[in-house]
Amino acid sequence: MSYTEATLQLLSPAGALVESDATAEYVPIIEKLTDTELREFHRVMALTRAFDMEGTNLQRQGQMGLWVPSLGQEGAQVGSAFAMRPQDHIFPSYREHAVGIIRGLDVLDIVRLLRGLTHGGWTAAENGNFHIYTMVLGSQTLHATGYAMGITLDGKAGTGNPETDEAVITYFGDGSTSQGDVNEAMIFAASYQTPELFFLQNNQWAISVPVSKQSRTPLYLRAGGFGIPSIQIDGNDVLISYAASRKYLEETRAGGGPRFIEALTYRMGAHTSSDDPTKYRSDEETAHWATLDPISRFEAYLRGRGESDKFFADIKVEAADFGEDIRRRTVELGTPPVGNIFDNVYSEPHPLIDEQKQWLANYEAAFAESEVAE
Amino acid sequence: MSELESLPMAKALNAGLRQAMLSDPKVILMGEDIGPLGGVFRVTEGLQVEFGENRVMDTPLAESGIVGTAIGLAMRGYRPVCEIQFDGFVYPAFDQITSQLAKLTNRHEGDISMPVVIRIPYGGHIGAVEHHQESPEAYFAHTPGLRVVSPSTPHDAYWMIQDAISSDDPVIFLEPKSRYWPKGEVDTSDRGRLLHATAVAREGTEVTLLGHGAMVSVLLQAADIAAEEGTSVEVLDLRSLSPIDYGPILESVRKTGRLVIAQEAPGSVSVGSEIAATVAERAFYSLEAPVLRVSGFDTPFPPAKLETIYLPDADRVLEAVDRALAY
Repeated sequence: MSYTEATLQLLSPAGALVESDATAEYVPIIEKLTDTELREFHRVMALTRAFDMEGTNLQRQGQMGLWVPSLGQEGAQVGSAFAMRPQDHIFPSYREHAVGIIRGLDVLDIVRLLRGLTHGGWTAAENGNFHIYTMVLGSQTLHATGYAMGITLDGKAGTGNPETDEAVITYFGDGSTSQGDVNEAMIFAASYQTPELFFLQNNQWAISVPVSKQSRTPLYLRAGGFGIPSIQIDGNDVLISYAASRKYLEETRAGGGPRFIEALTYRMGAHTSSDDPTKYRSDEETAHWATLDPISRFEAYLRGRGESDKFFADIKVEAADFGEDIRRRTVELGTPPVGNIFDNVYSEPHPLIDEQKQWLANYEAAFAESEVAE
Repeated sequence: MSELESLPMAKALNAGLRQAMLSDPKVILMGEDIGPLGGVFRVTEGLQVEFGENRVMDTPLAESGIVGTAIGLAMRGYRPVCEIQFDGFVYPAFDQITSQLAKLTNRHEGDISMPVVIRIPYGGHIGAVEHHQESPEAYFAHTPGLRVVSPSTPHDAYWMIQDAISSDDPVIFLEPKSRYWPKGEVDTSDRGRLLHATAVAREGTEVTLLGHGAMVSVLLQAADIAAEEGTSVEVLDLRSLSPIDYGPILESVRKTGRLVIAQEAPGSVSVGSEIAATVAERAFYSLEAPVLRVSGFDTPFPPAKLETIYLPDADRVLEAVDRALAY
């Protein structure tokens, strides 16, 4: 269940650049990255991991109903997210925390969702076009495809100007690839030649079911059957994730039709805080993937380039502060107003909802009156 | 000034869709076989020629895909109108309709709206094979976030489809397919009633009959027969199944004291059940008899040669009228 000969990789698990004919075309893309940008890759991966650790702790302490870790998938997410342009739209699944951070999301909004204060949490328009999480597996891939169809109808892709041409990226997991919606999304994307990148994070496990139960063929090969060009990358290599996503996003925004990337990664943590992975996977397996960790690998690469101890020490402090800030603001979160149950069920007035809202208000007011009477 | 035209409902819907597309360039049609063929019921005939393939899209044969991509298009600012080919083919899209379309405005705390219309030809009377004659309205009327309407006349079809498209909420638009062909007068200058209003289709004093879609013509037929027998029957056309406009229903029941609800759908946990319960709650002292329901049986829709037994007809409605009058 690890990498194959087809898996594209720029950075070895030891953090050394790997040269190969297969990846030669990606090298110029990462050569354009500045030192500042490379540092930012590391910084966001570290912040995301701190957020994950804090999220897990907060859930264990009863501050959240559920926690959904992205632990181990930071490389796939950070590389692909930095490959986007500001005008691009993102339709995530529910553990793309790093992508949200890069697009400007205040991750407290993710906490609000998992604490039970909202079913959404943010607006894409105000958060770098990062759409809200979708809990039903694969549903968002159809929304992404429809949105991308709209871009085509608007003539906002394929004009030849990458500064303004738009693209869509949708994230989903190996379990989702068994859903009808993901397959229908690829069919529609191919039919309408949408400006869209399907970004599959194959983290090897759909809760307790291994990817071998989802597919007898490498998942990236399925895309070919839909007529969608696809590749498989080492998802724990942030550089290939960036370069491959950049290349495919630029091709699709230029009017080349949809693209598909399978990023091989690993869910180092549990599926959610309700899960117990020790019941279905071996210590040996998790130990193996620990050696492929995206963050330590990239740190080794940066150190090899001469990055200072101080840089890493500063990031460590910033990440700790980031986690602490989340903790402080989480425990300060209040309860949403009761009216939220009724408001926004519809965009236009609806008599049944209005009536029930009024009934509840009267019902509660009656208790207040009886308290006064006593 | 009224502009009257005699049209069958299929053509009235076609004209209504055309008007909506002319008045708003964001209105697009999506569905299976709706392009060159004009849909299996020809409701979209000629529209692709007039508006082009970008606005009248023949889609792959995947209902969840149609509704799911319509949601994405709505997020982009479009107002998609999806055609589901037949009632029994809507279920592959059920998740996208109930878990996504219906809830996205709420999930976004009002930041986005979902102006998507899903047209579904529904109901029996056409002698078709399985999955082609069902009445699935209760599923959708039960789902918060959706609006559900069903016209019974060409005039209402012409206006209600336009009003459904103008709505910022998702609308399930149930087209009584057995009424696609009979002609009726359409006043293209005056909509008459609002989208969600219950209508009085015929005034009467002794018993109220209530139904929607194709059932309304059955009720009017029953009212004619009852009149010959000396019973004055009022007929209400529900038109909107969610929300339900209870004002005219309660007003009628307070006048007649008797209510018979007729529907093609299975009666258990149906729209008729809901109305019966609400009328009992709100007009209890006006009722001279229990609210009665005449429905399809709680079985799968039968093979076509048995459909006339399954579907409520004027005789079954009148049997219920007699029972109501016997109290």
